Amino acid sequence: MTGATFVGMPAFPEAARAALADSQLRHNLAHATGTIRGKRARVVGELDDWEELRTRAAGVKDAALADLETHLLTLEERLTAAGATVHWARDAAEASAVVAQVARAHEVDEVVKVKSMATVEIGLNEALAAEGIAAWETDLAELIVQLGDDLPSHILVPAIHRNRAEIRQIFVDKMAAAGRPAPDDLTEVPSELANAARLHLREKFLRAKVGVSGANFAVAETGTLVVVESEGNGRMCLTLPEVLVSVVGIEKVVPTWAELDTFLQVLPRSSTGERMNPYTSTWSGVTPGDGPQEVHVVLVDNGRTRALADEVGRQALRCIRCSACLNVCPVYERTGGHAYGSVYPGPIGAILNPLLKGVGVDEQVDSLPYASSLCGACYEVCPVKIDIPSVLVDLRAQVVDAHRGGRPSVEAAAMKGAGQTFASSRRLGLAQRLTGLGTGLARRLGLAPAWSSARDLPTAPPESFRAWWRRTDGGRS
Amino acid sequence: MRVALMVTCLGDTLFPEVGKAVVRLLSRLGVEVDFPEGQTCCGQPMVNSGYLDEAVPAVRAFAAAFEGYDAVVAPSGSCAGCARHQHGLVARRADDPALAEAVATLGSRTYELSEFLVDVLGVTDVGASFPHSVTYHPTCHSLRMLGVGDRPLSLLREVRGIDLRELPGEAECCGFGGTFAVKNADTSVAMGADKARHVRETGAEVLVAGDSSCLMHIGGLLRRQRGGVRTMHLAEVLAATEGASPGASPEPDRLPA
Amino acid sequence: MAAYGRGSLVSARDEVLRRVREATASATATPPARESREPRPGDVDRFAERVADYKAVVERCGPDEVEARIAAALDGAVAVVPDGLGYAVPGSVPDDGLSATDLDGIDAVVTLARVGVAETGTIVLDHGPGQGRRALSLVPDLHVCVVRADQVVADVPDAVASLDPARPLTWISGPSATSDIELDRVEGVHGPRTLHVLVVG
Repeated sequence: MTGATFVGMPAFPEAARAALADSQLRHNLAHATGTIRGKRARVVGELDDWEELRTRAAGVKDAALADLETHLLTLEERLTAAGATVHWARDAAEASAVVAQVARAHEVDEVVKVKSMATVEIGLNEALAAEGIAAWETDLAELIVQLGDDLPSHILVPAIHRNRAEIRQIFVDKMAAAGRPAPDDLTEVPSELANAARLHLREKFLRAKVGVSGANFAVAETGTLVVVESEGNGRMCLTLPEVLVSVVGIEKVVPTWAELDTFLQVLPRSSTGERMNPYTSTWSGVTPGDGPQEVHVVLVDNGRTRALADEVGRQALRCIRCSACLNVCPVYERTGGHAYGSVYPGPIGAILNPLLKGVGVDEQVDSLPYASSLCGACYEVCPVKIDIPSVLVDLRAQVVDAHRGGRPSVEAAAMKGAGQTFASSRRLGLAQRLTGLGTGLARRLGLAPAWSSARDLPTAPPESFRAWWRRTDGGRS
Repeated sequence: MRVALMVTCLGDTLFPEVGKAVVRLLSRLGVEVDFPEGQTCCGQPMVNSGYLDEAVPAVRAFAAAFEGYDAVVAPSGSCAGCARHQHGLVARRADDPALAEAVATLGSRTYELSEFLVDVLGVTDVGASFPHSVTYHPTCHSLRMLGVGDRPLSLLREVRGIDLRELPGEAECCGFGGTFAVKNADTSVAMGADKARHVRETGAEVLVAGDSSCLMHIGGLLRRQRGGVRTMHLAEVLAATEGASPGASPEPDRLPA
Repeated sequence: MAAYGRGSLVSARDEVLRRVREATASATATPPARESREPRPGDVDRFAERVADYKAVVERCGPDEVEARIAAALDGAVAVVPDGLGYAVPGSVPDDGLSATDLDGIDAVVTLARVGVAETGTIVLDHGPGQGRRALSLVPDLHVCVVRADQVVADVPDAVASLDPARPLTWISGPSATSDIELDRVEGVHGPRTLHVLVVG
């Protein structure tokens, strides 16, 4: 049940082509993103200080990141004082190893998991499976993905590419092998599907000894972790097991408790389009007599410090994983999340993946900053004001720079040529005449075939504007 | 006030009627506009593809050509946006403080056409007449990079005889996106096809926008689909007057008959 | 372990902290200023409306009606009650260290709350007296929650300011729900499928 991975995905244009041909997928995505866009707009419109909240949220995160070392040390100190054990992990393998070690120490062969992007990012389920430990996903969408041996395609709703009929079929086919089978008379009514998940997972919650979570926020000054959720599966995992391991990216730090309020306002409205999500849990280490009495926190780097060192790109670490940028992205709406080849798809994924992994190494990663028309809809909705278009443009420059020095590609040669042509109007005028005007420019850049597959090229005018201006003295003669 | 036309490389090379329309329109409003012949391209095709070094010559040419003008008017939200928000990036890349200062000054004086008309000249009724049904697509860079808001629509609403029709999903990108249109041609076309469908749904004769690049993309799809909808730049509609409709132009595929 | 192996010479902790230090060497940012303010009383009508928006059951009642309303809400269901509830619940089960499985066999739970948030229709439990440990208000399928009108604050900042982060907190906005099927909300997943709120006073 852990066979699907993103490794070896084709570059974005190729992956997108396959997705675009799937009309069911496009219908599912258009329906789901259309629904959530409307809901978000309504609840954001209710607040007259929305823009101030965005600015404040961005400011709090920026300040937290600028002084991250101090905050991480405070967080570690407060967590430890509150009875938690803090671990540090440079990369995915180290982080997964900590969780496996805790599970082994308690001699369990299964853990229950709250939905967590960080644990998917580090490949935790695969790492635990290699040790004979089953990691049960308990978020409904993660369950759908796990049972379907599928890949996540959205940050908030990893199974957004599945409609109700497909979900029903997955439950009917796969639940039995993982535990309690789906009810015999299961229909595709969403409330029945939700109930099937309730019944299937209840036995797992009741018997689990070890729970695994991420955290939406980690408040440094109080050592408080925060999980924002809807279904109550998070509360189950955070409360019922004897042992809790939370895998937390180092960028999740919020310096003070008071500053948490901004995020509890912007996240639910941006994410599920609600004034508040059904459940938010906060806890600081161990509470005697209530919940897990053994608490571990794994602070994970895994590329975050690489992103942090990027002066333009570090703003991506403000991200609170709301997925508003996915829901408004016209590219995402048509290609879906799998085309991005990562647990982080959409506009934020197009910048976060290259920032975490570095450019110039992997063709798939290098293709992501180009997976955008730079329309700016993502920036407009981002609750922490990440200027995604500007970061995309900066990353494109990094991709190009990483490939300088070798034999120039056709594109690089064309851009060099264009650069020289645009150095002076004399050269441009000459080029306009030499290339027969008009479409010649596109042809010279080698773009005509890709353009013309579905679009007519405009017909060339007999005379350029500058030739007309010169001939008529600006229309005066 | 010395006013310069930034015709854009695309307008210069492929859509000269748009530049001519701006000249006619501004002259009718009493503004004499210059065309500094040293201008080439804003550099955006290079910048947005990641070729910052390659954009430096274009930005130098821009700074030299428009130096000293009080206002630079571009019939393009995208190119005006590049001048205002991206030239600084290129100047920093060139490590040229003088260029950085020059483009900062020029950037603050560069206007997209509707901004210039509404904010600088203070007009919304430009005396145009265009008795056709029209739907308007707000281009992404005019809307979100420059924040032109409803300036273009406020200008169009004053045009005599116009039948202005609301475009469903108007604020969604058409899918052009510069080199995105060819690097991710399939996605670009999928986005454009939806835009073209919305345009046809309005039943309008003419699709109007403030960027020739987006119009080239949507128009290319519409023509391939034989949708019967023509594309026109905002400047061309605003330049049209009674008895002097641009329909007389010899380019029937880009203009209403 | 070999001297060159992972984690042998430099600990992960030291290396991550070193990377953070280097990455932020040139970074400066000042946190946005905050005006400190006292929590303001919230609009109780708005609170009740917004709790109801989540498809919770909401009733207003006077202090002397609470026990009758609890009994009516339970409608014969067996409820577990935490210490310090302060209301008589006939036939209730006290929480004397019940296991999760025990709790799964109980229909309902009755608790008090710590704070209500008018703007968002949220109830916050800090699991103090009368609220029980976290599992109590989670596993049973019906949660009857008594909120005093004077516990309602205006908005989220007021709620955060009035809560003690050292305590475990559970913010509850309606019954459990999911948006995971076609991004449309349906109520009733793992948490209590019915949330019955009594707003007192």
